[in-house]
Amino acid sequence: MKIDYEHKMAAHCENGAIMSLLNHYGIKLSEAMIFGIGSGIYFSHLPFIKLNGLPLTSFRPWPGSIFKRTSRALGIDIEVNKFRDPVKAMEALDRNIEKGIPTGMVVGVFYLDYFPAPYRFHFNAHNIIATGKESGYYIISDPIMESFERLSYDNLKKVRFAQGLQAPRGKMYFIRSIPRDIDIKVAIIKGIKRTVREMVVLPGPYIGVQGIKYLSKKVRKYPKRFSPGVAMKRLGQIVRMQEEIGTGGAGFRFLFAAFLQESAALLENPKLNELSSQMTGIGDMWRDFAVQAGRIIKERNEMETYDTIADLLIEISEKEKKVYQELADIVRNASTHQP
Amino acid sequence: MKENQVPQDDANMLEGKTRDLQYAVDEHGKYTVVKSVGWEPKNIVLQQTWEDIHKRMNHARKLVKKGRYSPLYYHMKKHMMNKRMLGKYAGISVFRVWLHLKPKKYAKLNEKYIQKYKYAFNMKPEEDLNYVDA
Repeated sequence: MKIDYEHKMAAHCENGAIMSLLNHYGIKLSEAMIFGIGSGIYFSHLPFIKLNGLPLTSFRPWPGSIFKRTSRALGIDIEVNKFRDPVKAMEALDRNIEKGIPTGMVVGVFYLDYFPAPYRFHFNAHNIIATGKESGYYIISDPIMESFERLSYDNLKKVRFAQGLQAPRGKMYFIRSIPRDIDIKVAIIKGIKRTVREMVVLPGPYIGVQGIKYLSKKVRKYPKRFSPGVAMKRLGQIVRMQEEIGTGGAGFRFLFAAFLQESAALLENPKLNELSSQMTGIGDMWRDFAVQAGRIIKERNEMETYDTIADLLIEISEKEKKVYQELADIVRNASTHQP
Repeated sequence: MKENQVPQDDANMLEGKTRDLQYAVDEHGKYTVVKSVGWEPKNIVLQQTWEDIHKRMNHARKLVKKGRYSPLYYHMKKHMMNKRMLGKYAGISVFRVWLHLKPKKYAKLNEKYIQKYKYAFNMKPEEDLNYVDA
């Protein structure tokens, strides 16, 4: 059984999985749109939570939340199943494929056969879509791969039951029904409002733009508090979380900027275009941060110090704050025009 | 980021299996997507991580050869696991995993357990669990 399915590539696997599933059911939304509606921008630095013994810096919302928010905002009915028994999980998947339902799954990448080896860590929130089964092999549409991939029964079973942090436990999801007409404008405003809330309104030093400032304070102290090796490891961890796990920091700013640009046309608000280009500028600054941090780790020159990158973070934090505040003004006005 | 500024720093991290999708603006300021083979800062931090993992692996190998731990310890480090995770993958309790890390207990392991560990490390049944070189 092979479902007639169009493979879609995306920058981020979670957006990509939703995008291509919706596309299959005739709803053409861009990755950026899904990212914005699901409020994919996020920041938190939680020094008291450790990942591999290093403080956790997160550039993305909890895996699965973009998915949940987008489907809720668009009114799409999705069924999500979790399993205890791997064999039953695979049977349920087979039944779905027989019925011709493309089925999304959350998997770990560590044992994922076709994945590039240098990226195979114990990361358990990757999203793939099964679109058929042919001579014992599953046909997989993985949003970050360029074309369809194949997985054996044993391998798929193993990655669906990956262990460790956020073990997926065979989680699979599929669309049951979609509403006849979707009010995209309301969904956009909802998404922007949530982004504003998470980035500037929520109190406390750890989350949102305040969190970026807090991180800057910490980074500035690294060379005094730690040996060069440990300081570099900590800095490396930040860049890794920023750029590797689902294209975090800069990549997400560009995605958000693309979302604002699309929204500008849909909401007929040219102000959003301006904010979009400001966001692009902020994305470029995040890229600068990664480049400079990389140079420090490689010890290639004396130009960049922990002080200069800490200053850069403060600048980013202030610029982002301005953008979110202006967004807040726009959605406050726009929401009154909605029925 | 402009369309023509999308980095193409290949360090064979994607092994030619795929490319990264990057969002960038074209000359009219409109967003579009460009595929990238890699970016240097990303490559640097990935290399940093792998160097760290290899260091731990080599250290583990030394300890196994000294007879301080059983070969399981080496495989555990090689697969970036801890006792808990290994236990979960193999379906063996953490306490038992802890026992089997001791060379004496490991030497008496029956075939059933060995196969379970091989499954956890994604090894074929005929591969040798005692082999810690290379």
